[in-house]
Amino acid sequence: MTTAREPAPYMNPYLAGLGLGLVLLTAFVLMGRGLGASGAFSTIVAVGVDALAPAHATGNDFYLGYLENGFGGPFKSFLMFEVIGVLIGGFISGALAGRVRRTVERGPRMSAPGRIAFAIFGGALMGFGAKLAGGCTSGQGLSGGAVLGLGSWTFMLMVFVGGYAGAYFMRRQWK
Amino acid sequence: MSAPFYKYGLFGDEMSLILAAVIGIGFGFFLERAGFGSSKKLVAQFYFTDMAVFKVMFSAIVTAMLGLFYLSWAGLVDLSMVFVPPTYWLPQLVGGLVLGFGFIIGGYCPGTSLVGVATGRLDALAFCGGVFGGIFAYGEAYPAIASFVKSTPMDRITLDEWLGVSMGAIVFAVVLVAVLGFWGATTVERKLARREVEASV
Repeated sequence: MTTAREPAPYMNPYLAGLGLGLVLLTAFVLMGRGLGASGAFSTIVAVGVDALAPAHATGNDFYLGYLENGFGGPFKSFLMFEVIGVLIGGFISGALAGRVRRTVERGPRMSAPGRIAFAIFGGALMGFGAKLAGGCTSGQGLSGGAVLGLGSWTFMLMVFVGGYAGAYFMRRQWK
Repeated sequence: MSAPFYKYGLFGDEMSLILAAVIGIGFGFFLERAGFGSSKKLVAQFYFTDMAVFKVMFSAIVTAMLGLFYLSWAGLVDLSMVFVPPTYWLPQLVGGLVLGFGFIIGGYCPGTSLVGVATGRLDALAFCGGVFGGIFAYGEAYPAIASFVKSTPMDRITLDEWLGVSMGAIVFAVVLVAVLGFWGATTVERKLARREVEASV
């Protein structure tokens, strides 16, 4: 990879959406299920808890659900393999476009450590919220949205409400 | 021959994992193409300066929805075998709101944070760490909040079933809302771009 290369412009949003939609449709047709992300994070947490405190993990229905998932072991599940693919696919696209760069993305008035702290806190809210909702923007939003789930559409509407409601308070981080 | 192929036993579990990885590569590829490995690009949605999140998300939903609708109409896909996330209305409403706050504070969602990590974003890596922490907190709180998590159960229910109309009517309404939304989003982007140019003169 050349260092001084200008990153390529992003794809037209409707074209990227069409591509994403066809990938999603492929998942429905082949597997009968959509895409996801937060479920793989949950599997890793459940396996971690089980490694440190097995009795505690198996005594909790939430962890147990993920531990009993998969074809012979929690890591042999659709979402774990899909998420590994997401990392590979994201890297391929980024590398082809000259967009792989070690950086902390933030607004001009935000320090890097401050941005990292907000990222951790926001990630924690996201993890908790996703589990409460039974999925994240991938599983509930995209996948549940495309199959017209009532709860998925309720969820999606509230994600935008939450984002816009918080935007004013977060402007120092981004603007 | 009918789809979903996996549910009809056309291939086994091992094959499904290989397909999962291939599907994931496509998913990650298009997320990055759209610019969703960048937190600044993602949050611009909430400042009305770049509505790509809405545009990409809704064109993806419309594409997959229309695909499923027509394939089922042609008798090629059995929609009853396609997974619809069960509705727990109130927890999903609250969860969506918490997730929305997490989005604007953290700058990513779980899927896009993985693409951010794959393209070197350290804030995405920190975000992933936060997601693990949040899920762990949820897991520890689960016994105490389980009754709320399972409240307002409505099982597998779709918008058309809930409203008592045909699926075609809802599909049409979603397409209409998406197209109007695309037009509105672009109008707002242009207005803000013009205002910024005027302010800098």
